[in-house]
Amino acid sequence: MTTQTVSRRPERRSGRREGRAAWVLAIPFCLLFLAFTAWPVVQSLFMSITDTKARDLRSPFSVNIIGLDNYTKALSDPVFRRAALNTAYFVLIGMPLTLVLALAAAVALDKGITRFRSIFRLGFYTPVITSIVAVAVVWRFLLQDPGGLINTALGWVGIDGPNWLGDPNWSMPALIMMASWRNFGTAMIIFLAGLQAVPPELHEAAAIDGAGTWRRFRHITMPLLRPTLLFVMVTTAIGYLQFFEEPFVMTKGGPLNSTISLSMYTYNQFGYGNYGLASAMSYLIFIVIAIVTAVQFRLLRERT
Amino acid sequence: MSVDTAPRSVAQPSRDDQPAGRQPRAGMVGSGHGGHWWLYLILVVALVAVIAPFVWMILGSFKSEGELRQVPPTWWPETASLDNYTQLFSRLNFGQFFFNSAVVAVVVTVGNLVFCSMLGYALAMLDFKGKKVIFVAVMATLMIPGVVTFVPLFVLVANAGLVDTLPGLFLPFLVSPFGVFLMRQFIIGLPKDLLDAGRVDGAGELTIFARIIMPLCGPALATLGILTFLGSWNNFLWPLVVAQSEEKYTLPVALALYSTGQNSTNYGLLLAGATVVIIPILLIFLIFQRKFIEGIATTGLK
Repeated sequence: MTTQTVSRRPERRSGRREGRAAWVLAIPFCLLFLAFTAWPVVQSLFMSITDTKARDLRSPFSVNIIGLDNYTKALSDPVFRRAALNTAYFVLIGMPLTLVLALAAAVALDKGITRFRSIFRLGFYTPVITSIVAVAVVWRFLLQDPGGLINTALGWVGIDGPNWLGDPNWSMPALIMMASWRNFGTAMIIFLAGLQAVPPELHEAAAIDGAGTWRRFRHITMPLLRPTLLFVMVTTAIGYLQFFEEPFVMTKGGPLNSTISLSMYTYNQFGYGNYGLASAMSYLIFIVIAIVTAVQFRLLRERT
Repeated sequence: MSVDTAPRSVAQPSRDDQPAGRQPRAGMVGSGHGGHWWLYLILVVALVAVIAPFVWMILGSFKSEGELRQVPPTWWPETASLDNYTQLFSRLNFGQFFFNSAVVAVVVTVGNLVFCSMLGYALAMLDFKGKKVIFVAVMATLMIPGVVTFVPLFVLVANAGLVDTLPGLFLPFLVSPFGVFLMRQFIIGLPKDLLDAGRVDGAGELTIFARIIMPLCGPALATLGILTFLGSWNNFLWPLVVAQSEEKYTLPVALALYSTGQNSTNYGLLLAGATVVIIPILLIFLIFQRKFIEGIATTGLK
């Protein structure tokens, strides 16, 4: 490639012109990116090994480097551990629930019906685009006990619904329900796109050979859907590991820390002014996300 | 998989909504009459369950306080009135919050469209020193969770004296690694001959970008624009921390604070507020939904 540019003079000159134009186009982004993304990422790493507190903002040179103390402090903090357990609970139950709902909806819309497809698609996607704060206002009503819409509906079939947000055993299931409702639309859309890429000829051939609907789904659709599944799993896991908004607007982490999540506890530490500790916690979350992502890639790659 | 092939395959379902276009595939499911009736039943029940909270919210915003406290709850308002909405805009200044939300969302969207497509084009079509470094740096930050940059970002904005200002609300979001990625993936699928044709005609590099490439980027710009606008409109953690006086609140901040503050028991007002937050997004979404869903699926396929 370099030999080409050297051998032909005019192209070399245009190459320099091209480089200058490229930098003119790149500079605005790069400046903003350096200031508001790259620099904070680096500074956060540095802060995590210092005892920076809110009051140090005005005198940045008074902070001390304390090594990994913030990390060990976070890992031995019982509330942080509780938050880690809650986050794991949320991801391990919430993610499969979300993906099953999404896949069921996608398959039904792709193969099962031929009319009103876009109406269903639009309807199922609506919760995704709406503000969590507005959604929280409504869901607090739905989950009220007594008199909430959900418990009223449960009462019709003779079930005495729990005090969802007030009972430490039911608060997390309530938030999982809400998060799945809010997020399955995204996964559904991506699954739908993946299903569109499954060639109908394969299904027709298998049907002629006598394969039933379930077997065709299991042996044709699912293997071809694997890359899509990997993508949806990874993005959902990354999102759910940062589980923050639902407890923040619904329960503030309560009752009795039953819904406090890693991100939320980190945010609380920021609120208390413990900037160094909060940074260390955020890097711990990042490490978990990186590991989970790598494991998922490994698992789904191996089986193909 | 390159992104440029995806929109076409994804666009199919929308066109296929007419039963005629769907015939060959419907046949193999075994019914051929538009699907199984029981499947429609399940889907309708699911749709009602998903949509019900919104319908109830909108209906509730017209109800009186007394009616909202009734046990069991009512569905249709017994006496509908606009009281909650007039209070929202006269007593609680929701007009100002709406304005703030709109300004921040528009500035952030324009910033992303302009800056991300500029770099996206340079990365996709041009050769220059440092290209690899920029690309790797941008890709690397795609995976970093927002919580990592939150604290230093706040420190930065605080030191710059931008706390409680509108620039403090939109400056950190003017560019996004995701936007560059999206634009680059789209532009890389365009034919490179376009550049040579432009150069032969004597057009400058920037003219080629603005006059030849940008007009072809409609679908990608639409996707990025809608996603960015949605994200900014619904963003609430950052404005909650940065907007400290009432004149700088955005809609979600105001709603969040009112729903935990002294108006927390004023149910009708909260439901009306929630409706005001959701309705503009819902309208934008209804208008652009086809493009938007294509875009989501497109980026998802990558």
